[in-house]
Amino acid sequence: MKYVIIGNSAAGIGAVQGIRQVDPHGDITIVTHEPHHTYSRPLISYLLQGKTTRDSMKYRPDDFYAAHNCALLHGEVTQVSAGQVTLADGSTLAYDKLLVGTGASPVVPPIEGLDSVPNRFTFTTLDDALALEAALDPSKRVLIIGAGLVGLKCAEGILKRVEQVTVADLAPQILPAILDAESAAQVQAHLESHGVAFALGQPAQPSNEYDIVVLAVGQRPNTALLQGIAQIEQGIVVNDKSETTAANIYAAGDCTQTIDIASGQSKVMALLPNAFLQGECAGINMAGGNASFGKAIPMNAVGFFGLHIVTAGNYTGEVYTAPGKKLFHSGNRLNGFMLIGDVDKAGIYTSLIREQTPLDSIDFALICETPGLMAFTREHRQKTLGGEPT
Amino acid sequence: MKKIYVNEQWCLGCRLCEYYCAFAGTGERDMARALAGMKIHPRMRIEEKDGISFAVSCRHCKDALCVKSCITGALTVTDGMVAIDQDRCVGCCTCVLVCPFGAVASTAHGVMQKCELCVQSSAGTPACVRGCPNGAIVFEERGAAR
Repeated sequence: MKYVIIGNSAAGIGAVQGIRQVDPHGDITIVTHEPHHTYSRPLISYLLQGKTTRDSMKYRPDDFYAAHNCALLHGEVTQVSAGQVTLADGSTLAYDKLLVGTGASPVVPPIEGLDSVPNRFTFTTLDDALALEAALDPSKRVLIIGAGLVGLKCAEGILKRVEQVTVADLAPQILPAILDAESAAQVQAHLESHGVAFALGQPAQPSNEYDIVVLAVGQRPNTALLQGIAQIEQGIVVNDKSETTAANIYAAGDCTQTIDIASGQSKVMALLPNAFLQGECAGINMAGGNASFGKAIPMNAVGFFGLHIVTAGNYTGEVYTAPGKKLFHSGNRLNGFMLIGDVDKAGIYTSLIREQTPLDSIDFALICETPGLMAFTREHRQKTLGGEPT
Repeated sequence: MKKIYVNEQWCLGCRLCEYYCAFAGTGERDMARALAGMKIHPRMRIEEKDGISFAVSCRHCKDALCVKSCITGALTVTDGMVAIDQDRCVGCCTCVLVCPFGAVASTAHGVMQKCELCVQSSAGTPACVRGCPNGAIVFEERGAAR
């Protein structure tokens, strides 16, 4: 069996691990246009902040490819057709099963005044981070356009290394994808107390006041390779087996869209854990196993200057509110939550969403106050603490 | 493989396991002296309410979500045991976000920690098991059938 995997990040690595659970011998080739060992993209801000190193940010150990008996090919796939992919140098690679894990690319919209700033960057890849780092200097004033996770992590990463960081966004609040206005204001105040400036609720105004601009307005799934071959909406449409609508072609990670069980809607959930899980599921199925990735939900864990933010699911239904905590529930199910500051044991809430646990089967009033196994039945605890969880 | 299991009905809620856990790996000889006046960060933690108490630590899941979700690759599973490389952990809390048992938590210095069955620090039996005065925490081979 010949497997080709396009992409060397979480989805692709997950696929390799998935394939090897089923097929120890098949021929695996990972193709990537990035000239690096697999690394964790979310760590690029930590790298600039000095909280990790090029070596520590490797997503898997140095011997990963050898240990999993797979080849890493640095090149760019330009065309996918039935049974083979074509690379930029004209060479071809045959496949029996293909995984597309091409990720997403930063959106670069036309913004008035952008040309007046000498140094312009995006912030997705290691090479982006290294290019930005080369331009950093204690005298530099930086404008970051986009107050989402990427923009704010970038701000945290470079703040101490430049004169000034301003984050601009059309939206009136930061982190609109994961926080409500009230929680966002709390996090914004924390970031301001550390020296990040904001210009929200108005178009970004790049000008010669700035030396560097970082564009972090959003990402677009890289779907071009499957255009005309498989169904594509916002992302490549995959089912819970990570299959695309094209025979023998699977897709996983930021380039895909899939069902969010918290809302029931098909959406792009560009998150590293989902990418790995979906890639692993794809790999198992590509190798003839039977796996399903049917419990995807949006979820995020992020921190800024020591303040942790953990969120999951969607924010509909009735709200339970306590300082630093909002839980959203309806129809006997937990739909979503936001925690700011104390995030201890948050996974117990996440698990209620993923498992669609009927809230009347647990002590919901207690679990609202304190996430814990105490809210479950003794029988449940006997299984989890005295038995063998899967 | 041997793991830590909890017999809830025998837990006294004395929290000695938390202290033995926090003490394990400190390299000190005297627990009272090592932990006196300190806020401890044990890898095993007691939940307690209305006369019910039990200890919670990593279940070393076969299909560990924390390992699969870890954004750095710091969490790994080897021979059935889930371990964390604190040098690679950046303290993002993704493992806290996904652990269904609340068994991964922050250390005093920001990175994460979890029960590693005392493999680094003691001969054979985990400190919590040795320290439990009522046999409520055991270290044994159980239920491969499950």
